[in-house]
Amino acid sequence: MIRGWSAVYFREMLILRRRLFRLISAWSVSPLLYLIAFGYAMGKGISIQGHTYIEFLIPGLAAMSSMTQSFAIGSEINIARFYWHIFEEFQAAPISNTAYVLGEVLAGMTRALLAGCVILVLGALFDVVLSYGPSFWLAFLLNSLIFSSLAVGLAMLIKSHADQAMVTSFVITPMAFLGGTFFPIEHLPHWAQIILCWLPLTHAANAIRASSFNEAPQFSNYLILVSLGILAFVFAVMTVNRARD
Amino acid sequence: MNRADDKSSMIEVQNLRKRFGSYTALDGVSFQVKPGEIYSYLGPNGAGKTTTIRILTGLARRDSGKVRLNGCSIDDNPLEYKTNFGLVPQHTNLDVDLSVEENLVIHGRLYGMSGREISARIDELLKEMELGNKRKITVKKLSGGQKRRLLIARALLHHPKILFLDEPSVGLDPAIRRSLWGVIKKIKGDGATVFLTTHYIEEAEFLADRVAFLDAGRIVADARPADLMAEIGTWAIDILQLNRIQSFYFRTRQEANQWAASQESEFTLRRVSLEDAFLAKTGKKVE
Repeated sequence: MIRGWSAVYFREMLILRRRLFRLISAWSVSPLLYLIAFGYAMGKGISIQGHTYIEFLIPGLAAMSSMTQSFAIGSEINIARFYWHIFEEFQAAPISNTAYVLGEVLAGMTRALLAGCVILVLGALFDVVLSYGPSFWLAFLLNSLIFSSLAVGLAMLIKSHADQAMVTSFVITPMAFLGGTFFPIEHLPHWAQIILCWLPLTHAANAIRASSFNEAPQFSNYLILVSLGILAFVFAVMTVNRARD
Repeated sequence: MNRADDKSSMIEVQNLRKRFGSYTALDGVSFQVKPGEIYSYLGPNGAGKTTTIRILTGLARRDSGKVRLNGCSIDDNPLEYKTNFGLVPQHTNLDVDLSVEENLVIHGRLYGMSGREISARIDELLKEMELGNKRKITVKKLSGGQKRRLLIARALLHHPKILFLDEPSVGLDPAIRRSLWGVIKKIKGDGATVFLTTHYIEEAEFLADRVAFLDAGRIVADARPADLMAEIGTWAIDILQLNRIQSFYFRTRQEANQWAASQESEFTLRRVSLEDAFLAKTGKKVE
């Protein structure tokens, strides 16, 4: 049922390897600017939940990065689909939709993992070293599973590059800013908190931050992330046939 | 005995229909292709050639009709169905930033081939396609003709019984086109069944054992090229009448000469071509 997933993953890794230097540079720019502007300059002297603002910010940036970089696999798929027509090679091959989605989702998660490591290295350069244990990485990977799967599913449904940019503008960017990356959602009105509790990034940021601060993460955060991950993966598998004429 | 062994058709299509909105791309297409045959689908742009290939290779859905390859239905077992064919699409769908070898390895892995098997097959095919010295070169550095040969090598990597070629020589210069024809003949010689779409008349005439004329989503003729031409005659006279070239067909050269002698305008005597047969069947030129 999943035979062939490794070929899809292998292709994405070959492409990633070719572009790794450029990607690491790109992955560093935004977090570096956030750390300098928000963490170092504006956040100096600010304390949140008993931590300096930069300590608060780094787990949030890691959560955000696990979302944006895993979601970016959607753009790669679209380029392969609309521009290079390489997606047809997968469609014509004897591999199941599940195998295809698994290969792409794992590729998205790998990208996110590497981008997350870049954030942690940048944090260390700002003298911020937190606890990055298994619960940190579990939440990180579950969040990237959700967004990688959503990216694959949406890449199958959209009809052009422009649609992809719209999804990023209307869904990913607002979530990046409101999902607990830069400030605790408790600072927002109650009605807003209720809405934000539906976002996977809020739970990922909570779990990642708690793990980073060596606090016991809430089990409910992981349960929600696992559930959403499974739902998003099933959604992605179900959309693959929609990409056919 | 393998299920496919008792089948006389390698490709079997019955009453295939496909619409895109109000546009009918395929309107009840049926045909069969025997093992080892080169079957050419000839028609103008928009006739439904690519749509047929896309349906046969699982890239597009059909509205109705039956499709079997090597006795296997795409509905019953799509994964087994897909092992039967290799596809050379109209677009060059290669990873241009990856090397020739990497492109082929990805394909081999998609078809479940082992590393050793892939490596041996790459050696064999690159040599055959005269790309032996390009193995480590990135695809973007290849010429158009080399990319097309690489697409064929990729399609043949997993030893398919059927090769689908969608306008394989489009955009290539005449010399490279002819060398590609040699490659296609060799593939047939190795025992594969070839389904070829083209709008180059001479390509179909040179390569095909059988030709189907496709017009507005329908097959209007399906026979050996020689038989299609013989239906209208052996000799043709082109004559300028009212600023238009008109063609007239004759069984013998003597008949043609006798008719021409009675004409006042300048004329050209030539042998009937497949294009004449297409024109006679459809009233259109292949463009």
